[in-house]
Amino acid sequence: MTEPVSNTAKQQLLTAGDISDHQLETMMSGMMSREIDRGELFFQSKRNESWALEQGIVKNAGFSVSRGIGARAISGEKSGFAYADDIQLEVLEQTSSAARSIARIGQSQSAQVRAPRQLPEFYHGKDPIVSVSQEEKVALLSRIDKFTRALDPRVKEVSVSINANHESTYIFSSDGTDHGDVRPLVRFGVSVVVEQNGRRENGSSGGGGRHDLSWLYENETAEQFARDAVRQALVNLESVDAPAGPMPVVLGPGWPGVLLHEAVGHGLEGDFNRKGTSTFSNRIGERVASPLCTIVDDATILNRRGSLTIDDEGTPGQRTVLIEDGILRGYMQDKLNAKLMGVSSTGNGRRESYAHQPMPRMTNTFMLAGTSAPEEIVQSVDRGVYAKTFGGGQVDITSGQFVFSATEAYLIENGKITVPVKGATLIGNGPDVMTKVSMVGNDLELDLGVGVCGKEGQGVPVGVGQPTLKIDQITVGGTRA
Amino acid sequence: MTKTLVKLNDETSHHAHTSDDEVKLTKFVSRILEIAKNGGASAAEVTAGDDIGLEVKMRDGDLDTVEFSRDRGFDITVYRGNRRGNASTTDTREESINEAVGAALAIAEHTEEDSYSGLADRDRLAVHIPDLDLYRCDPMDLEQLKQAAHTAESTALDFDAKIYRSDGARASVSSSCVAYGNSLGFLHAYRASSSSLYTDVIAKSDNGMQRAAWFTMARQRGELDSPEKVGTKAAQHAIRKLDPRPIPTGEYPVLFDQTVAMGLIFHLLNALSGRPQYLKSTYLLNSLEKQVATPDLSLKEYPLLPGAMGSRAYDSEGVATSEKYIVKNGIAHNYLLSSYSGRKLGMPTTGNASGVCNLTVEAETSSISDILKQMDRGLVVTSLMGQGVNVLTGDYSRGASGYWVENGEYTHAVDELTIAGNLDDMYKNMVAFGDDVEIRRNIRTGSVLISSMTVAAN
Repeated sequence: MTEPVSNTAKQQLLTAGDISDHQLETMMSGMMSREIDRGELFFQSKRNESWALEQGIVKNAGFSVSRGIGARAISGEKSGFAYADDIQLEVLEQTSSAARSIARIGQSQSAQVRAPRQLPEFYHGKDPIVSVSQEEKVALLSRIDKFTRALDPRVKEVSVSINANHESTYIFSSDGTDHGDVRPLVRFGVSVVVEQNGRRENGSSGGGGRHDLSWLYENETAEQFARDAVRQALVNLESVDAPAGPMPVVLGPGWPGVLLHEAVGHGLEGDFNRKGTSTFSNRIGERVASPLCTIVDDATILNRRGSLTIDDEGTPGQRTVLIEDGILRGYMQDKLNAKLMGVSSTGNGRRESYAHQPMPRMTNTFMLAGTSAPEEIVQSVDRGVYAKTFGGGQVDITSGQFVFSATEAYLIENGKITVPVKGATLIGNGPDVMTKVSMVGNDLELDLGVGVCGKEGQGVPVGVGQPTLKIDQITVGGTRA
Repeated sequence: MTKTLVKLNDETSHHAHTSDDEVKLTKFVSRILEIAKNGGASAAEVTAGDDIGLEVKMRDGDLDTVEFSRDRGFDITVYRGNRRGNASTTDTREESINEAVGAALAIAEHTEEDSYSGLADRDRLAVHIPDLDLYRCDPMDLEQLKQAAHTAESTALDFDAKIYRSDGARASVSSSCVAYGNSLGFLHAYRASSSSLYTDVIAKSDNGMQRAAWFTMARQRGELDSPEKVGTKAAQHAIRKLDPRPIPTGEYPVLFDQTVAMGLIFHLLNALSGRPQYLKSTYLLNSLEKQVATPDLSLKEYPLLPGAMGSRAYDSEGVATSEKYIVKNGIAHNYLLSSYSGRKLGMPTTGNASGVCNLTVEAETSSISDILKQMDRGLVVTSLMGQGVNVLTGDYSRGASGYWVENGEYTHAVDELTIAGNLDDMYKNMVAFGDDVEIRRNIRTGSVLISSMTVAAN
C-alpha cells in the first residue's frame, strides 16, 4: 500500500522548515488560553505553471511558487489571524502569537489528542505540472492553434492556454485535526475571434479538473474545446439583438448551473445565515424552490474541479443536501460558523491561500436530474429564450438579487429554437426564481471544469451543474424593448 | 530582507518601512538580476515587493477579526534572445530564489521566438525620478483602527431605526515597498502607504432587506472621509434602496452614479488599450484620431500628482509616465501601450504597461440636481452586477439597481433591472457630467448621464 497523501503533505511541508511534531504541540499549547476556543496552523505550498499561445506563437509562460503559514486563534465569534511567507519555527512562533492577540493572555488550555485517520481520497496527488513535458505542452498549443485555424477561414485570432497547479496543505489544530492533502488542478482553454463581412465576434471554451494533463490527449479533448469555441463564435456572427423584459427562459445543461451557484448557493453559506444577512436566513424546513428542485453541494465527486478530500480546515469533503424537493434542508458550514450555529462543519471551510482566512464556500454545486426530456421542455415555450452558454454571475445575498450573463443564446418561437441572439444578462431574485422552475430535464451534466468563485476577494475553484430546466419568468436584459 | 513581523504591542508609534528597506530591496533585485545573468539570460527584469498590513474588523460593537499581513515576493522575466520566460514566488529563501530564476530560464528555452518581445527601449526608461510623496504611513495602531471602525459602524446603526444590522466595519493601514530593476541598468525602489475605512450595513422594511456599503481610501488617515461620514453614507444608501417598486421595460435616460461611472470610463480605456488593439479584439480597432465619444468628453492622465492614490513615476517596465490626453474632445488621442503592444502596433510605448494613473474626466460639469431636472424621467444607477460587457462587439448588458426619477426628482428605489446598449452609442450619448467628482480614486469622475438605454424590468 502506498503512503496516505495526508502524510506526504505533512512531511513535505514540515521537513522544509525542520519543524517537529513536538514543536507543533508546544506552539499550539502556547497559543491556547482560556479565552481561545481553537487554535489552527495552516501550512501550504503551491506551484503553478502556465503556457499561452497568442497570434501563432507560444510566447508567454510562467512558473510561480507560493509557500507559507497562516495561524488563526478563535474566541467565540472573534478571529485573530496572521500569516507569513516562510515556513520556519521562529516565524511560526511570531505568527501564532500575533494571532492570539485577539484574546488577552490567560491560563493555558490543553489541546485535543490527535488520531490521524485514513480518509477516502477524491483525486490523486500526483504533480500534474510534470505529467506532460514542456516540449509537449508547446507542441500541443501549436497543434491546437493550427487545428483551430483550419476549422474555418473566418477564424482570425486564436489564443490557447494550459495551466497546471500542484498544492500541498497541512492543518494542525487544537481540536485534534492533523491532516494534509495534495491537490492537482489543471485547466485548458481556447478562445477565438472570427470575422465575416467586417463583423467580428468571439467564442471560447475550456475545461479541467483535479487530474493531470494527459486527459487533453484522450478522445480529442483539446480538439473538442477548439471546435466548441469556433462553433460558438460562428453562431454569434449570426446573432440579432436580444429581447428585453420578463419571459420564459430555458437553460441548457452543465455550466448554466451557475444559476444555482448565484441564486441559492451563496445565500446558503453558513456565515451569512449565522449573521442573519441572507435572504435564506432562518428558513430551514421552508419551501424556497419548486418541488422539482433538489440541489446538493458535493465535494466527493472523483477528479472534479471543486472536489476536496479535506477542506482547508481538515474536515473531510462531503455531499450536503441544500434543497430537497424544494424544501431548504441545510447550509454549507466551516468550523467557526458551524460551532456558533450548533451544527457540524460540512467540509466547506475553504481559503484561497495561507494568506486568507477560511470561510464557508461551495465545492461542486448542482441540481439533480428530473424527468422531462430536454426537447419537451423547449417545446413547452411559445416565446422565450434558450440560453446554452454563460460567462459568469453575481449575487447580492441580502436582497437575493442575482445576475448571470449568457454568451450563447437563442430565441424560442412556437416551441422551436430559432435565431441566435446577442449575449444578454439575466436578472432575478433567488428565492423567487427558484419557485418558478417549472420543468427539470433528465439530462444532468456537470460543467467542464473552469469555474472560479470569488467572495470577499478570495478566489477558489468550484464546479456547477444542472439538467436542462425551464424558468417560467425571468428578466432578460436585451436591447429590444 | 527583514524578517520581523509587525510588532504587536503598538503603543509606540512606528512606520512599517524605512528608507533602509528601499536600499535592501534594490540590493535584493540586483542580486536576482545577477543570478539570471549568470544563468544565461541575455536580458532580465525583476519586480520585488514587501507589504505589511494591519486590518481590524468590528461587528456589532465588538472586535470580529484582527489580521496581520506580510506579503513578500518577486517576479522575474528573463529573455534568451527573443524568447521569454517568467517566474514569481512568495518564497524568498536562497534556494527558492534560485529555483524561480531557474524555472524562468528553463521556460525561455521552450517558448518561441517573438521579435516584438524584450525590455523597454533604453531611451524610454525614467531617468529623473521625482519623489511623489506616496508614503505617509500612519502608525499600525490597533486601538486607533478599532475606534475608527467602531465609530463608522455605530454611526450607521444609530442613523435610523430602519438600519437592521451591521455586516461589520473594517479599518486598515498598509505599508509597501516596491523595487524594479532590469538588465539595462534601471534600478529603483519606493515606498507607498494606504489607509482605508469601510462599512457595510443592512436596512430592513416589510418588503425585505437591502445592503449598502461605503468606502474611503487614501495615503493616510487624515485624508480619509471621517468615520461618521462613512457610516452615514452607508446607512443613507441602504435606506434609499428599501421598498423598490416596479417600472415598465423601456428606453430611458440613465444616470450612472459617480461610484459606477468609473467602470463605464474603464471600459473605454480598455477598448483603447494595446493588447485588445493588436489582438483585434476591441470594437475601437484602429480608432486613433477618430471620434470615440461625445466631443464634450476628454480623458487626461496626471501620473505625477504628489500623494495621489494613482500616482507613479514609471510603469512596470521602468518607462517614465507622462501627463497626456487619452481622449480629447471625444477623439481618441493615445492608446494605452506597453513596449510590447507598442512594437506590435508600430508605435512607441506610452508608459502605460501598468494601466492608467489618475485618469481624469475633463468635461463641463453640472450639479446632480440640475442633471436630474435635465433627465426629467429616467433611471439613476447606483450599483451594477455581473460581467455582460463585450469589448470586442461593444455589447453591454448588466444587472442594475438604483432610483427612479420623475419630474426631475427621486421618487422610489428600483431593483432587479438590466440596462443594455452598445458602448459606442453610450460614449457618444453622454449628455451631462456631474460635479460630484471623487478625486481619491484612480479614475476621477463624477456621475455621467447617458441620453438613452434599454431598461428591462420584471
